[in-house]
Amino acid sequence: MTAVDGVSIDVERGQIYGIIGYSGAGKSTLVRLINGLEPVTSGSILVDDVEVTTLCSRSLRELRLGIGMIFQRFNLLRSRTVANNVGYPLEVAGVPRAERAAKVTRLLEFVGLADRAGAYPEELSGGQQQRVGIARALAGDPSILLADEATSALDPETTEEVLDLLARVNAELGVTIVVITHEMEVVTRLAHRVAVMEGGRVVEEGETYDVFTAPRTETAKRFVRTVVRALPEGDELAALRAKHDGRFFTVSFTDAGATEARVFGALARAGVDFNLVHGGVDDIQGRVYGLLTIAVRGEDAAIAQAFASVGPGVSITEAGA
Amino acid sequence: MNEVQEILPDLLEQTAIMLQIVGLGMLFGGVAGLVVGTALYVTRRGGILAQPVVWWVINALVNLVRPIPFIIFIAALQPVARVVVGKGIGNEAATFAIALAATFGIARIVEQNLVSVDPGVIEAARAMGAGPWRIIRTVIVPEALGPLILGLTFAVIAVVDMSAVAGLVGGEGLGNYAITYGYRQYNEVVTWAALVVIIIIVQLVQGLGNALARKVMRH
Repeated sequence: MTAVDGVSIDVERGQIYGIIGYSGAGKSTLVRLINGLEPVTSGSILVDDVEVTTLCSRSLRELRLGIGMIFQRFNLLRSRTVANNVGYPLEVAGVPRAERAAKVTRLLEFVGLADRAGAYPEELSGGQQQRVGIARALAGDPSILLADEATSALDPETTEEVLDLLARVNAELGVTIVVITHEMEVVTRLAHRVAVMEGGRVVEEGETYDVFTAPRTETAKRFVRTVVRALPEGDELAALRAKHDGRFFTVSFTDAGATEARVFGALARAGVDFNLVHGGVDDIQGRVYGLLTIAVRGEDAAIAQAFASVGPGVSITEAGA
Repeated sequence: MNEVQEILPDLLEQTAIMLQIVGLGMLFGGVAGLVVGTALYVTRRGGILAQPVVWWVINALVNLVRPIPFIIFIAALQPVARVVVGKGIGNEAATFAIALAATFGIARIVEQNLVSVDPGVIEAARAMGAGPWRIIRTVIVPEALGPLILGLTFAVIAVVDMSAVAGLVGGEGLGNYAITYGYRQYNEVVTWAALVVIIIIVQLVQGLGNALARKVMRH
């Protein structure tokens, strides 16, 4: 069975790279190729210029010491305390006991769980368990952290907590992170670049902001729609038209300089009456993306003149036209 | 009461012999069963040391031995016992047969308990650079320890059951005592005294196993 086929991606050092796709898209397999947990049939995988596919099992184990991994179900050892879970990779690496203890303390402080060192995994909440997972993944001072659906088993609040921690891992420790997810919010919050996977292939790839604001494939569009209120279509558009008079226009702006205020100001100056009927403004990696639908009432000429005066960075199209 | 006092020295001696047979049978059978059961688990398809041929051979062997009624097994094993422990009769021969039968029974129990270990934690250990032997020692066995203790407790009781047949090859113990001096000589006191002692031993073993497993599983 072929799980991943014809995929070619580059993850730059220090980057957070998102891989998004529905279950069965091959993203979990793809991420496991990076640390050799899944065998390859053909192709090449370079981690810090080391070819992973030809490593013997011993070298592969050494490579894995430098690549942290966290999991959807946390995968903590139930038979060990929090501290001994975090210390596990250090045991594997042969770090002496005293050094290990000091390092575990530092790692638990970093993830804010120093007071739970002696607890067992089942005594912790999901979010806390994932933070232990992150501390454990960082124990070997990895240059790369692989996050496999790290927030999928968490509620929205703890998801925030874990995403913030991952952002800190990247910013403060300079760890390159590869994030596997089926949640677009995780990508927009964290990832600098994103690959969209479907059927074992990468169907779209680019800067998160670009993929988000101008998705080309149907899969990418579907993911974008999960976070942005997409343009109203069909029944939804008909329902809006029934409630609001006037012509419907879709306004989108992607540049940092453009805001909805410029559009609204231009319409007001032209003496045109309008309502915001649908949409919103999103923050993606600190950049603004707005997608609004407005109902406009007034002379066609006045409307045209108002839109003409809005200026660059804003795209306006008539809805349903 | 006098009758019980009369048989007490013999009863205690036979209890000690049974405990020795069961203890040695469990020691050798337990260790070997843990090894064989772990081998079954790790060599199976998708295991951390997947070896389909090795798995097939061990699995076939276990399946071959396990259905043999122990009373036939202990008799059939006499020639092998002669080679391994020096003679085909007596407590040593019985212990040998018990240890061997226990090995295969315990192997299955061990395998079943190890299967319940979350594959995710094994993958996590692999991702942290741990090799197969380390994973067996530090992940698979510790993670399954609670169920393993319960499984081995179950095995002790099965071995007590086996030990009752030791008399067939000239072995002693409470089983032989109950049959030879109780049943065959119509002395019900002996039979019932042996039975009560066995019940007490089994209760103690089960209680100890439960307590240990609870401690390991922390609930």
